[in-house]
Amino acid sequence: MANALISVPARARRGEIIEIKTLVSHPMETGYRRTQLGARIPRDIVRLFVCSYNGVEIFRAELHPAIAANPFIVFPTIATESGTLTFQWTGDNGFSVTESAAIAVE
Amino acid sequence: MRALAAAVGAIVVAASVLAGEIPPAERRSGYDFMSRETRAMQDDETANPATLWVLEGAALWQRKVGEAGRACADCHGDARTSMKGAAARHPVFDAARGRPVSLEQRINACRVDRQQAPALAWESRDLLALTVFVARQSRGLPIDMPVDGRTQPFLDAGRATFQRRQGQLNLACSQCHDDHWGRQLAGNVIPQAHPTGYPIYRLEWQSVGSLQRRLRNCLVGMRAEAYDYGAPELVDLELYLMWRARGMTFEAPGVRP
Amino acid sequence: MQPASRREFLWAAGGAAGLGLLGLVVRPAEATPAAMQEAIRKVVGTAKVSPGRVKLELPPLVENGNTVPLAVSVESAMTEADHVRAIHVFTEKNPQPDVVGFRFGPRAGRASVSTRVRLADTQAVVAIAELSDSSFWSATVNVVVTLAACLEEA
Repeated sequence: MANALISVPARARRGEIIEIKTLVSHPMETGYRRTQLGARIPRDIVRLFVCSYNGVEIFRAELHPAIAANPFIVFPTIATESGTLTFQWTGDNGFSVTESAAIAVE
Repeated sequence: MRALAAAVGAIVVAASVLAGEIPPAERRSGYDFMSRETRAMQDDETANPATLWVLEGAALWQRKVGEAGRACADCHGDARTSMKGAAARHPVFDAARGRPVSLEQRINACRVDRQQAPALAWESRDLLALTVFVARQSRGLPIDMPVDGRTQPFLDAGRATFQRRQGQLNLACSQCHDDHWGRQLAGNVIPQAHPTGYPIYRLEWQSVGSLQRRLRNCLVGMRAEAYDYGAPELVDLELYLMWRARGMTFEAPGVRP
Repeated sequence: MQPASRREFLWAAGGAAGLGLLGLVVRPAEATPAAMQEAIRKVVGTAKVSPGRVKLELPPLVENGNTVPLAVSVESAMTEADHVRAIHVFTEKNPQPDVVGFRFGPRAGRASVSTRVRLADTQAVVAIAELSDSSFWSATVNVVVTLAACLEEA
């Protein structure tokens, strides 16, 4: 199943600022909705997104229920060296998704 | 005398334009009525939430299922070629069933008949994923809906449903979508109701959904009885709407408010 | 799925109107501008927040409050000595004031980020940037959230 969609340039020049687009599949249930019978639907959200570049954390986002379903986050980073970008989303009910993308920096 | 004839002619023309269909040159996709930001969400496939479903569909395409242990790919190969244009001409006449079927129904027919697997439920994650994956293969193509003697009666039935007053508000689809498109309805602009982007990611649903789901929403909004998923009335209406949009560019997966 | 009675249907249609996914008729006690100030205070402490340097972009008129594109950026050289440490976003009328907190470092190259948020109602959205010199800067945008015309039933 497609948990996440990452968009990272496959190659970049050293020192270039690249833009990373991330999209993760998640309903982001706010915890404020009720069923037609009035029962509250419990909160179930992604709480944390962390991006690491060759093991070093370069970006982090703390999410609350006001982030729309299927969280979409676009952020920049400097292409410092070739290697792997790792993306991890964690949240309620043990939600955990990890993806990675390779980048060649010349 | 000539002035009177001209005046009568003008009134007749005005009346027929009001009660009739949108002239082909004036047809515009729902895309044109959206904000710049929502359009950007549709255009950029790395930002379009429906892409998550497309990717799931691509995985399902490869999965062997059912008693026959067959994957879609086993018969259809690479969807990029085999499914190109398919969604842009559905609903299509199915000789075995003696009537047009929608893309979802066609997918389920394959599942039951050829994969010997149970049909997927309407609006289930898997059916939406497969449908949007197949629909994606027609993105950018013109909607192609030729009509022949076999499909004409169903097209006429669909048109009749579109033009028939229904429900507590005694409204017909055509009154909003043929006669008053472009005007505001409680903060939203009324589109012309061309199914150019289905299955869509609808912001209101926060999910991908089918054209039938949207049609049922509309019927409920009109305070009319919503036909069941897969009902002939809905498939005929789909057929009519696709025919009405013939030649327009297929945009699936679309994003709509 | 049809409702059991017309009253139930009308309540569902009226109550869900405009608040989309958040589905509330009565605004709960915590969703007020004061709650937002309190949430901001938790982040900045006693430090002064100066308007400026932050650019917050949201569509002025939103088609659907469930998914609203938001972009925020801060003028900064993003060097080790002078960079943006974090950007926090708040709303004044959502049930909860916190929206998201982004943490940056000099490796970002640029202090800019985009996402999609939910807005329960026409309201102000505030972005607060925390710089490496511990100063705080803010931007506020007012957004009009329209109601979906034809609401879905379940």
